[in-house]
Amino acid sequence: MDLKNYTIPDRVFDEILTNTNRARPGLGQLVNFLKKNGIQNLNERKHNAELAIQTMGITFTVYTEGTNIDREWPFDIIPRVIHQKEWTSVEKGLKQRLQALNLFINDIYNDEKIIKDKRVPKDLLASSKDFRPECVGMNPVYNTWAHICGTDLIRDGDGTMYVLEDNLRVPSGVSYMLENRNISKRVMPELFKNHDILPMDDYPAQLFDTLSSISPRPLDYPEVVVLTPGIYNSAYFEHSFLAQRMGAELVEGSDLIVADDDCVYMKTVEGLSRVDVIYRRIDDLFLDPEVFNKDSTLGVKGLMRAWRKGNVALANAPGAGVADDKVVYTYVPEMIKYYLGEDPILPNVPSYMCTDKKQLQHVIQNIENLVVKPANESGGYGMYIGPRESKRRTAEMKRLLKANPRNYIAQPIVNLSTVPTLCDNNLEARHVDLRPFILQANKSYVTAGGLTRVALVRGSLVVNSSQGGGSKDTWILASKD
Amino acid sequence: MLSRVAERMYWFGRYLERVENTARLINVNTNLIMDLPKVKHIWESLIEITGTREAFDQRFSRIDERNVMKFLLDDEFSSIKAAILGARENARTTREIMPSESWVLINELSIYMNKHKTKGINRSGRHELLDEIIGICNQITGYLEGTMSADTPYHFIKIGRNLERADMTTRIVDVGCLNLMNPELEIGQYENILWMSVLTSLNAYQMYRQQVQDTVNGEDVVDFLLKNRQFPRGVAHCLAEVAQASQSLPRNDNALRTITHAQRTIDQNDVIALLNNEKLHDFIDNVQLDLSDINGELTTTWFQRNVDQELNPSQSFTQTRLFT
Repeated sequence: MDLKNYTIPDRVFDEILTNTNRARPGLGQLVNFLKKNGIQNLNERKHNAELAIQTMGITFTVYTEGTNIDREWPFDIIPRVIHQKEWTSVEKGLKQRLQALNLFINDIYNDEKIIKDKRVPKDLLASSKDFRPECVGMNPVYNTWAHICGTDLIRDGDGTMYVLEDNLRVPSGVSYMLENRNISKRVMPELFKNHDILPMDDYPAQLFDTLSSISPRPLDYPEVVVLTPGIYNSAYFEHSFLAQRMGAELVEGSDLIVADDDCVYMKTVEGLSRVDVIYRRIDDLFLDPEVFNKDSTLGVKGLMRAWRKGNVALANAPGAGVADDKVVYTYVPEMIKYYLGEDPILPNVPSYMCTDKKQLQHVIQNIENLVVKPANESGGYGMYIGPRESKRRTAEMKRLLKANPRNYIAQPIVNLSTVPTLCDNNLEARHVDLRPFILQANKSYVTAGGLTRVALVRGSLVVNSSQGGGSKDTWILASKD
Repeated sequence: MLSRVAERMYWFGRYLERVENTARLINVNTNLIMDLPKVKHIWESLIEITGTREAFDQRFSRIDERNVMKFLLDDEFSSIKAAILGARENARTTREIMPSESWVLINELSIYMNKHKTKGINRSGRHELLDEIIGICNQITGYLEGTMSADTPYHFIKIGRNLERADMTTRIVDVGCLNLMNPELEIGQYENILWMSVLTSLNAYQMYRQQVQDTVNGEDVVDFLLKNRQFPRGVAHCLAEVAQASQSLPRNDNALRTITHAQRTIDQNDVIALLNNEKLHDFIDNVQLDLSDINGELTTTWFQRNVDQELNPSQSFTQTRLFT
C-alpha cells in the first residue's frame, strides 16, 4: 500500500501521519503495517469486520428508515491512536469538567450562587429548554446529577484538543466503542502483539459500581435496572448490551410500577420486586406521565414522586440536561474557575453568544465562515456549516438567528483532524472526532479512549452515525518507559 | 425475572421449535410425494397441519406445490421466515439473559434464511435449505442446553419448546387420521407409507422401530406419538417436561393443575379404541384445547402485565400465535 498519494487537507492535523506522510512518533509499526499490506488484504479484513458486525448483530437505527430497525454499525478498520501521555492530561481535564458541571447543576437547582455572584446570567436558565422546575431543591447523593457523560472532543489544525460539547442527558455510543475493540482484535490480531494498547472493557463494571454507589438502600446487591424505550429506539442495541454486561435487568416502562409506598417495583414472575437504581435511557420528558409528557407510554407513572422522596436513584438525574445546552456550554470554563478554583485543562471551542447584540451582529456578518448550532439538538440535526450552505439556507439561518438568538451558538470552523480511512480502493484522510465517556459518583472514571466517529464522505465534517458517519477503534498507546 | 422477559423466553422457545418443525414437515412431505406421485392433496394437508387455511386462501387461488412452498417459506403470516423473525425479535429483547453466542447463532439463522429462502421453492435446492435450517436450530437448542443455567429463564424456554412440540405432534397425528378417513384421497394400499411419513415428520421412525417390534401401523403409531413417555416428541413426554419445568417456578399451583389435567386426558384414554371408532379427531381437538388452556394459565400466572401499557399490538411480537 503506497502512502505517497495520501493527501492531508490544508491546515488539518492527521492523527497518524505527518504532513510529509511519515509516521508520527511511535506509530511506525502501524504505518508499516498499512504499507506492507496491499489494498486487497485490507479490504479482506474490512469484509471480515463487516461479517462479524452482521453476525454479532451490532446495529443501530436511523429513524427516517421506517420499519428497517437494523442497520449494521459502520466501522473502519484503521484505528485512531492517541499516546497515553496526552491522554492522561485529557482524562484529568474531562474529570475536572464533569465535576464542575455537576456542581453547577446542583447549584442552580438549589442556592443559585453562581447566578447571585453574577458569573452566569439569570435569564440563561429561565430560557433553557432542559431546566426542570420540578427538580428544584433536590440533592442527589454526592451532589452528582450527571453520573454518565459523553463529551465530544475535536482536534484543530495546530494539534490542540478542544471540547465541542458535553452530552449529559442520555449519551450513547459506549457499547459501540467496546464492540469496535472486539472487532479490531478479531480482524487485525497481529497489531495487538506489537502495540501496548490500554484495555477498555472494564467500563460495564465501572458503570455498575457507579450505579450501585448511588443506591438509596445500603445493600450488598442493590437492584440496578436499565430503563429502555424499547426496540424501536436507535440505541436499543446499547441498552441491552449494557444490561447484559452489567448483569442488570433491562426493563421497559411497563415493567415498572410505583406502589402506594412511593417505591419503584418491577413486575417479575415471583411478584413485585423493589428497584433501587434506574439507569434510564429515556429523555426527561417521557419519564413520568404524572409530571411531564402526559401521553408518554415509555415512562413510569409516579417515578418522579419516588425519586423526590429518595426511594429510587435515577442516573442521570432528571434536569441534568440543563448543562447540556450549547449556550450553557460557553460558560463551562467560567464554572471550572468558579467552583473548583482551577484553570480549565481542556479548552472550549471559542463560541459566539448570539444573545449578545454585538456578537450576534458579528455572527450574521460572517455567517459564511461559521458553524451555527441549535442550542438543544443532538445528533448533528439542524447544524449550519457556513461555507457549504446554499444562499437560501443562509438567508433562512440569519432570519432564525434574529428571531431567536437564545436558541443558537456560533463557532469558527474547526478543521477536525483526520485519520487514514479505507475508502473504496484507497486510504484517504477522513475527519474524526472523539467521544470519551466519563463516570462520576463516589469517584470519577474515564474510558481509556472513546468512540472515534469518522465522516466517511470526503471533506465532510459531520461525523454523526445518523448522518452517514462511521466509526473507528481508538487506541490509547501506553508510553514506553 | 421480569414477567415480560419470561413471556419472551417462552415465545422464543416456541418460535424456534416452530422453525424446526415446519422445516422438517416440508422435508418429509417432499420425500413422500416422490413415493406417492398419484396421491393428490399432500400439499393441502401441510396447510391443514399448520392450521393456516384461511390465510392461505386469502393469498393464493390454487393449492399447489409452488404456492404452498412460497407460503410456508417466505410469507409474512406463518412461514419459516416469520417464525425465525419471531424467535429473533423475542431474543432481541432478552439478549441480556441469554448467552451471547446464541444471539450470534440466531442472527446467522436469519441471515441464512433471507439469503437462501428462494432456494426452497423448487425441489432441487429445498433439501439443502431445510437441512441447514434444522441444523442451526439444533445448534441453538444444544448451545442453550449446554450453556444456560437450569433456572427460571431456561425453564420458560423449555416450556415453550415442549408445548410447541406437543402442539405439532397432535396436529400431525390429526391430519394423518383425517387423510385416512377421506375416501377422495384413495390412500388405500399406501396406508403404511402414510403412517411412516407421520413418523418421519416427527423424526420418530427409528425410535418407533426400536420400541414397537411390529410393522408400521396406525394403531401403534398413534399410541406411540401420543402416549409414549420416552420419545422427546411424544405428547406425554412433552407434557411431562412442561410439568417438570413448572415445578421449579414460583406460584405454580394453577399452572400445575392445568398441566396435570392435560396429562390425565392423555393417560386415561384408550387412543387405539378412539382411532378405530373414528373418534380420534374429536379427542385430539380436546387435547388441543388442553394445550391452549396451559398457554392461557401460563399467561395469567407469570406473564400478565398491564396490557394497556403495551406499545401498539403490531409491535408486540409476543402476542402473535401463528398456528391457530
